[in-house]
Amino acid sequence: MSQVKTTINRRSFLKVSALAGGGMMISFSWLAGCTPTPEEVLTMPKEWFELNSYVKIGENGTVTLMSPNPEFGSNVKTSMPMMLAEELDIDWKKVIVEQADFYPERFNRQFTGGSQGIRQGWKPLRTAGATARQMLVNAAAATWNVPANEITTEAGTLHHKASGKKAGYGEMASKAAKLSVPKEVTLKEVKDFKIVGNSKKNVEGLNIVTGKPLFGIDYKQEGMLIAMIVHPPAFGLKLKSVDDAAAKSMPGIKDIFTIKTLPDDYERSAFDTAAFTELVVVVGNTTWEVMNAKKALKVEWEEISDSTMVVNGWGGKETVKIPKGLESTSVHKAKMAEWASKPGKILRKDGDPEAMFKKAAKVLERTYTAPYLAHNTMEPVNSFAHVMADKAEIYGPTQAPEFVRNTLTARLGLPKEKIHIKLARMGGGFGLRAYGHHMVEAAVISQKLNAPVKLVYSREDDMTYGIYRPTYSATYRAALDENNNLLAFHVKAGGIPETPAHANRFPAGAIDHYLAEGWEIESNITIGAFRAPRSNFIAGAEQSFLDELAETMGKDPIEFRLELLNRAKTNPVGKDNDYEPARYAGVLELVREKSKWTEAQSNVHRGVSAYFCHNSYVAEVLDIVIQNNKPVVQKVYAAVDCGVVVNPDAAANMGEGAIVDGIGNALYGELSFENGVPDKNNFDKYRMIRHSEAPKSIEVHFVKNDIDPTGLGEPLFPPIFAAVANALYKATGKRSYTQPYIKDLNMSSFKM
Amino acid sequence: MAIFNLTINGKKQQVDVDPATPMLWVLREHLDLVGTKYGCGIAQCGACTIHLGDIAMRSCLLPVSQVGNQPITTIEGLSEKGDHPVQKAWLEQDVAQCGYCQTGQIMNAAALLKQNPNPTDEEIELAMNGNICRCGTYLRIKAAVKSAAKASSH
Ligand code: FES
Ligand code: FES
Repeated sequence: MSQVKTTINRRSFLKVSALAGGGMMISFSWLAGCTPTPEEVLTMPKEWFELNSYVKIGENGTVTLMSPNPEFGSNVKTSMPMMLAEELDIDWKKVIVEQADFYPERFNRQFTGGSQGIRQGWKPLRTAGATARQMLVNAAAATWNVPANEITTEAGTLHHKASGKKAGYGEMASKAAKLSVPKEVTLKEVKDFKIVGNSKKNVEGLNIVTGKPLFGIDYKQEGMLIAMIVHPPAFGLKLKSVDDAAAKSMPGIKDIFTIKTLPDDYERSAFDTAAFTELVVVVGNTTWEVMNAKKALKVEWEEISDSTMVVNGWGGKETVKIPKGLESTSVHKAKMAEWASKPGKILRKDGDPEAMFKKAAKVLERTYTAPYLAHNTMEPVNSFAHVMADKAEIYGPTQAPEFVRNTLTARLGLPKEKIHIKLARMGGGFGLRAYGHHMVEAAVISQKLNAPVKLVYSREDDMTYGIYRPTYSATYRAALDENNNLLAFHVKAGGIPETPAHANRFPAGAIDHYLAEGWEIESNITIGAFRAPRSNFIAGAEQSFLDELAETMGKDPIEFRLELLNRAKTNPVGKDNDYEPARYAGVLELVREKSKWTEAQSNVHRGVSAYFCHNSYVAEVLDIVIQNNKPVVQKVYAAVDCGVVVNPDAAANMGEGAIVDGIGNALYGELSFENGVPDKNNFDKYRMIRHSEAPKSIEVHFVKNDIDPTGLGEPLFPPIFAAVANALYKATGKRSYTQPYIKDLNMSSFKM
Repeated sequence: MAIFNLTINGKKQQVDVDPATPMLWVLREHLDLVGTKYGCGIAQCGACTIHLGDIAMRSCLLPVSQVGNQPITTIEGLSEKGDHPVQKAWLEQDVAQCGYCQTGQIMNAAALLKQNPNPTDEEIELAMNGNICRCGTYLRIKAAVKSAAKASSH
């Protein structure tokens, strides 16, 4: 058992304010069934007693647990309350889960992204549950006049064995709520978990399958107007003039105007990304009317000039240059290709790689590239805002409410406490919704109109707005001696506008002579976090190269990786290697066993890949068969080490999803530019993976251990790109170096 | 503007809208039935799927003026308590991730099973190919369609 100091202070215990109590949706976590039996329908208590920010207990024993983080589909709304419930020791069937509003004084780290929700919530949420439990125990001890340490709990009931006394949590809740907060509590040991580690159905399941208004785009309020924006059709353009004469008189149109969302000299955070700060706004009664009016606008655009802006990002303040010009993919490609033969900025160097390359008997050199990608969350960008003279209400999809609140404060001239952000369920996030421009736009529009407004982007507005996964390129080189021993390894990776290099990740630490370099090319096309930023490219490049390198060296690709990992474990090179070789090897061994890698498979073309990111380890094997002269992904095996798995079935679901998503992006994902204009603006042109193209089956295996949980939403995504490439190579005999791979496939013939 | 009399989820409804308005927006903004989703507006993603009679339809390209007196079913009317076999199967397989595409997926699957109570894997894939899920829940969707088919055949 571990003793933890409770950091929950008195302030967290203040009576629920009107704001915090007003959760928008209530979900009932009844069992799998759809029509709840009478026992499954929770009766609402007459009164709630708040034990801390996360836990309210009714006099009848019903428990409300607050889910702090924004939900974008990783099912934290189920798994975070499970962590609370575990330590609180309650019956999951008696739980109501409520989405918390953004309220940083009450809740810990309300941010969804970087696969950190469960990892960083692990201690605080369990502590909150354990603290509430201890207060109930203390209340019973005082009531029964027995020592607190003789009281045990089980499924929402307090017991005192010696006296035979027994009470439900509900009976002790009012008394417990008045007690002081224990300074220290004991957390359970993993082996004693009853809820964590046992799959629970999505608490929002029934609301989802019955079409309840869960999403920002579904929100409606009395007197609310609909707003849409028109942004420049190309990066490198800005607004010159608008002729709205025809549009203004169209049915249902209330107003047309332009807005400036951020002052030019505004010091932006890393999540204030926006290429287009001056927008045309059309406001009307309904979306359809506004969409039509947008088409009747005559807007003139002009080219931007070179500029700089100050961004207060992760690495501190930075001045970022925004070059003028209308950029094209053909030029991007040529510029990136130049870097293959130019030295980059050295990020890490071990030994003397130059000397080794000079004396090498053989050098394997390959360059990998990938295009820009659009997030394409199924719910388009939207936000509700109602800005009044002295306060603002914002409701919409956001992964990072804290960041956007800072921007809103600056832009609206309202103090932080007066900006109330409610967290809508998001129809997908994948990084996109860490960027809060839509909330700022909605708020500025509402402030101008002095009315509640819902801003909605059309799919076209959404796909052409920016904040893309950058385009990247990486050149790998390996020096071999005459016996095919690996002498040195060199990676040089860059992109527009950022490098995807992770200099201290595998195979750094496993090779004596190692060099990692990075380079960057400026651009006015905006980029942003996209499911496993940087890793989502570099994993595919690295793991494709290792596959080809293993083949060149005459080694089995899994065996080759294990040899390197063994070296990194027993005699690591350098000291900043940011992975644990044993856990890395563990997933490779597990996937080898589960996929029966060593047994010959007839007519199956297999590729393997592995990666470490977001504190978790993943290895994947992907099987392709050829049917009707087309490659079909038959099966994918994944082995994952992310420590304790809180909600295993939901975790597997997310893993399956990341694999499907990754295969789709590897094969089809691509956004190109011609004179600053994105070449795709909707799903007729942007190819997304569909049902028939998904693998026929996926097995996700978790390594069982007691290590504190680490990331899961992202880690299964990056390695799958190389698993696809390596399996396709087996099927076609040709290696793919350029994403999307579909372009190679169209020219391939297949081995049956 | 023109008046249209519609039958939606068994209920008579009257709306006064531009005849070109797609049913998607009539449902979402005039009748507050927001379970039918906007994803693309060009019949490419399936998020807006409804039933026109027994047929699955993309409501984003269906003008209200073309509905006539054909009855419309939306996700809100698929069952009274969320206990249509397809909805039950969806819960059983815990299909949803973000959930945004799922009402469209369910409506499409329900129409498929009405026409073909026992579809093969290939028939499911083909019928469901017009419904995009960025979260990648396709395998669970297929499993849910199969289990709904099995449940209905008993
Ligand atoms: S919104 Fe109708 S198919 Fe996409
Ligand atoms: S569940 Fe998120 S798009 Fe399908």
